[in-house]
Formats: sequence, C-alpha cells, structure tokens
Amino acid sequence: MSTDTPQKKGLLAKLKRGLFMTHTELISRVGGAIKTKLGPDPRALEALEEALIAADVGPATALELVSAVKAAVKDEAGRKGQEDIDLVKNVLKAEIERRLTASTSPPAVPAGVPKVLLMVGVNGTGKTTTTAKLAARASQSGQTVLLAAADTFRAAAIDQLQVWGDRLGITVIKHRPGADPAAVVHDACTAARNRKADCVFVDTAGRLQTKTNLMEELAKIRRIAGREIPGAPHEVLLVLDAVIGLNGLSQAREFTKSAGVTGLVLTKMDGTAKGGVILAIVRELQIPVKYIGVGETVEDLLDFDARAFAEAVVDG
Amino acid sequence: MFDSLSDRIQRVFKELRGEGHLTEFHVDQALKEIRTALLEADVHLDVVKEFTGTVREKAVGQEVLTALSPAQQVLKVVQAELTSLLGGAAQPLNLKRRPTVVLLVGLQGSGKTTTAAKLALHLKRNLNKQVLLVPADTFRPAATEQLRTLAKENALMCFDPKTETKALNRVRAAVKDAKLFGYDVAIVDTAGRMHVDDELMDEVAEIKSLADPDEILFVADSMTGQDAVNSAKAFSNRLPLTGVILTKTDGDARGGAALSLARVVGKPVKFIGVGEKVKDLEVFHPDRAASRILGLGDVLTLIEKVSQETDRKQALQMAEKLRKNEFTLLDLRDQMRQMRKLGSFSSLLGHLPKVGPLKELSNIDIPEDATKRLEAMIDSMTPAEREDPRIIDGSRKKRIALGSGTTVPEINQLLRQFGTMKKMMKGAPRMRF
Repeated sequence: MSTDTPQKKGLLAKLKRGLFMTHTELISRVGGAIKTKLGPDPRALEALEEALIAADVGPATALELVSAVKAAVKDEAGRKGQEDIDLVKNVLKAEIERRLTASTSPPAVPAGVPKVLLMVGVNGTGKTTTTAKLAARASQSGQTVLLAAADTFRAAAIDQLQVWGDRLGITVIKHRPGADPAAVVHDACTAARNRKADCVFVDTAGRLQTKTNLMEELAKIRRIAGREIPGAPHEVLLVLDAVIGLNGLSQAREFTKSAGVTGLVLTKMDGTAKGGVILAIVRELQIPVKYIGVGETVEDLLDFDARAFAEAVVDG
Repeated sequence: MFDSLSDRIQRVFKELRGEGHLTEFHVDQALKEIRTALLEADVHLDVVKEFTGTVREKAVGQEVLTALSPAQQVLKVVQAELTSLLGGAAQPLNLKRRPTVVLLVGLQGSGKTTTAAKLALHLKRNLNKQVLLVPADTFRPAATEQLRTLAKENALMCFDPKTETKALNRVRAAVKDAKLFGYDVAIVDTAGRMHVDDELMDEVAEIKSLADPDEILFVADSMTGQDAVNSAKAFSNRLPLTGVILTKTDGDARGGAALSLARVVGKPVKFIGVGEKVKDLEVFHPDRAASRILGLGDVLTLIEKVSQETDRKQALQMAEKLRKNEFTLLDLRDQMRQMRKLGSFSSLLGHLPKVGPLKELSNIDIPEDATKRLEAMIDSMTPAEREDPRIIDGSRKKRIALGSGTTVPEINQLLRQFGTMKKMMKGAPRMRF
C-alpha cells in the first residue's frame, strides 16, 4: 500500500481520526492493560480480554487473542529484545490484521457489461445511505451510474433514494411501492444496457436473516440480474451496523448463503461502537470488508484497509 | 429472541440437576457457564459481572431448603435476579395527561419511525386512544413521507408539517394541534442521532423542553452489542428516559441488549417489536421473559395472544358446526387463517415450557408454507366442491392442482385428512364450551 499520494494520505488521516473517535475507550483500556508489568500478569490479561469483549469481538475471539499475547510474552527468543508494550501491540496488530484479511475477492466483471452491485442487510443498517454514497463516488470518478430502488416494501424508501438521486444528479429506476423488487432489478439492468451505463447500484429492502421467504426473494433478484447481464450481480455488499453485537455473524452467514455476499460495509463507525464482530465474520466466511462509514456525508465512506484498521485499533 | 440464550442456560441447569448436594465449586462452575452464555448473548460485561456476583452471593449463602433440590434452589435465585434485572413487572405507559406527549428517541436505524406507527396503532386498538403522529425527523430524506404513509395505511392521524423544516417548530405546532383537537396522545418521531453528536443531542434536549413529554422512550435494536450501554447512558444523561422499546426481536438475536439496557437506563423495556407489520408490537413482561429464558415457559402470553386474535362468537359458531357435523372445507380454511394470525407454530410453541412433559412439543416445527398451500388448494375449488368434496374426481383434482400450484398427491392427502377429521367428529361426544 502506498501512502505517498496526497489523496490517499488524506483518507488515511480520516480513517485514523474516525477510528480514534470510536476507539478512545478501547485504547485506554488496552493501553492500561499493556502498561501493567506483564509477567504475563493475569490481571493485565484479564483487562485485555475484557477490553476486547467490550469491542464486540466475542468471548471466543477475545480468548484467542489473549492466548496469542500470552504465548508471545512467554517466548523469550521470539521477542528480539522488544519491550513488553511494543510486543503486545505488535502481536495484537498482526493477529487483527490476519483475521481481517480475506482470501476471496469478487470475480472480475466481464468486459463491456455494466457492473451490478447489490446492497443487502437487515433493517436499519444504512443500506440506502450507503448505496447513495457509493453511487456518488462512482459518479464523481466519471462513471455513468444508475440507482435501482428495489426496496419496494418500507414506506417511502423509494422517495428516500429519489431524494439522493436528485441531490447527486443520478437517475433512479423505480416502480410503485409494493412492486416486485426483481422486476425493478430487471428494468434497471435493461436500462443500464441500453444507456451503456458503467454501473448499477441496487438498494434492497432490509430483512432479518431469519425470514426465509424474504431471503429467497434475494436469490430471485440475483437470478433475474444474472439473466439480464452476464455475471450479475458482480458484487453483493452486506451492510452491517457497527453497533451490531455477535448477531452480526448470523447475519453474515445467512446473507452469504442466500445472496452470495462478496464484501462487507461497516457503517456508523463514528459513534462509540467498535464493530469487533467483523473479526469473527471475516475469519469464518473469508469475505473482505470493503468500506467503513464514519459520518453522514458522501466523503465519510472510506476504503477499508486491514492494516490501517489494526493499527488504529491498537495504537489509537 | 432469547431462544439460544435460553438453550445455553438450560444446559447449565441440566448438568446441575444431577447433583444431590451443591458445593461452592458447583455454583462457580455453573456461573462460569452462565457468564459465557450471557456474554455470547451480548449482555454488557459489567452487567454480567454484577449479575453473576449477586447470584453467587445469594446462592452460596442461602439456607438449605429441604423442599427444593440444590439445582432448583440456584434456579430460583437466577430467576429472581433475571426478573429484577429486566425491571420487574410490566409497567404500562403513563397516559393520564391529555394530551400525553410520547417522545421516541434513539440511534439511526433503530426503528423509531416504524415503532411510532406501531405504538399509535397499539394505543388506538387496545386502549381506544385518539393518537396524533408527529414527524419530527427533518434530517433523513423522506422520513416524514414514511410516517405519513404508515399512518395512511393504518388509518392513523399524522400531523401535516407542510413546508416546515425545523423539528422544533413542527413539534410546537403539533402539540398545539393535539390540544386544540382533543387528541389523547401525541407520539413524536425524532431523527436518529449519534449520542456523540453534541449538536443533535442539544436539539433533542430542546424538543424535550418544549414538548414537556410524559414518556421518553429509548428505541433500541435488539441486535445491539456491547455498545448498547454507551449510547443508552449518553441518552439517559441528557434526557429523563422513562422506558425502552426493543425492536427487531423477531430475528435470532439472543437479546442480551434487553438486559443491559434495562440495567443501565434503570427503566424497564416496555414494548418489543416482533415483526415487520404495524400490528407487530407487544407489551414486554420482564417476569415472563425471565421465565422464558430459563425454559419455564410463558403460558400467560400465549393465552393472551389466543384470546386477542380469535373471535369468541366465531369460535362458538364453529363448535356448533362441528357438533352437527356440518364442518366443510371452507370452515377448515377459516380455521387455518385464524391460526396463522397467531404467528408461526414454532413461535407459539416457544411460549411453552421446555422442561417437563411438553418438552418434546417445542421441537415440532410446522412450516407456515404448509398451511398456505392447503389454503391455496381450498381456494382453487368451486363452491360445490368445497361443500361436498366427494364430487372431486381425477380431472377436478388436476384442475385444482393447476390452479393452486400444487400437485394431485397433495390434494389427495388433504381430502384424506379431511375425511378422517369428519369421521372422528362423528364419533366424538358432544363438546361443551
């Protein structure tokens, strides 16, 4: 990763700032744990475990991270003269980065077809806002973009996307409330082909992962998109709210099963929530985190970088 | 909600049950398991620590009661503590003043707008109140539209803010309207806000001073993790919260947020959102929830649900038909519709105790789809066929299968079952109601 371009530097600074705000508490707790003289000190390890649990990584992952720290502290030869605090920080950074590095990446988009991105997730995670932010980014980089209002269920969801479309000057393909979302996707794909658009962002209705029939609806949307445009949807982004607890894992599992998730978006990282459950999600499903949201404006959607995230979490 | 937490905790007690004599060691072992179960259910760490500490103190120091086995004794302590943690008995809304102003606050995406409509419908239907919905979310695009649409679809009244873009002005005008037109309750739907956003927290505090609400309810997502405590604390520092509404409890979240929130806010969870439809709001009973978590069942809620959704007169008519053996396929369909109104079979069975003789029953899962398919078959029949299914021959079966999207064997099965039912009814003695 090169950090010498000014734009990248700005993003990284923002990422750090965004995370610094959300991780103040975590850092002060972990910092305290590390500063205690480690022998390894069981009390310091307990404080570390608690700090990790408080960040929503879950009791199992917390225990694994603490074990890794314990092993490293005991290993005299491997520490190469590092101070306790640096050693612990480095172990944590390495472990967190490793867990957040996924082995899969979405398949390449065939040449000459519009890229179709499907946004999915449970209710209230920020799908519509994130869809608009992503569309704005693509549009600003000179691509021709379409928005598809496939949330035909929630009252005024179509209006909400239309307001964004008007603000950003992006065409919104929509039907009436209550219409078949797959039909909206069909029309959006046809429109994208005809207008030679570069990409289509599909906003879907929020659904709890336990509702079998609604999850099947996503499978249908996928089928229809794939019939209209080869390989579509090329990306399926699962939008997760940072306040989510360990239920995030269940969400990721079920949405991956029905909708074939290819990437994660972690929203609302500008509060105090840490979204630590992504450690378990990426590790189990090997799906990368693509973006994190740190605010309300279009610029507040950042590219995710596992190393920068790990450093921000541990260093502050 | 609570299902898998419930499973975990019951396993702990199953292991304890074998012990004839309970030592400190056993209690500690059990508490360690309960700690992990609670943490995995997203209960906040500090709440977990406090909880296990109190239970340990009470369970170990307790005098041995001869009537109870050691495991039962611990169970009793845990149940009492869970109930008190969740906030004791259910507390209804304070609706004495007219108009009563109810303020809904919370983070973005917790479900305030949907909940506002749900609460309005609940108050209208069950307490016969005239309710005015007030759209005070001027930030999220189309939030006002959303509330107005929900109101229109459910025959609820919604304040029309016209072109007013300031939340404060909207609330002022709406409360005035509520007084003028004699509404019983005004429910104010505020914008979602981050608790670290000082500017927006100031705004909601201003709305509070202006509207002088009787109830300020914190709307929170039941899937929230450890951070539930941070946001709830921040909101409750700025506003005198009177209760919590927990949303999206129809997912598979373990519901730990319910415990954390009640503890931190110091006010009980008053309602829970249990589905996507506007009627899907339930009064929350902490005592019953505690008993559900421990697998002791919640039969009271089940009984209330049945009596709320079924029509007594209709039930009596049906009984009469059964008695005279005039029960037709059409009646069968109506019965299934009534059952469906109660929710899925598995959610109903979730209210039954998971210990004792009914244990096996709670494992049965009848897919909602099955009843829908039966309904579709009956709907595809002609009136004559429904009246007397004996006339349904091979070609009629083919037509019904085509019309309902099912198969001939499925129709055979339905007819066979219906035949058996009729036969059984003939043999049954007169039922008394």
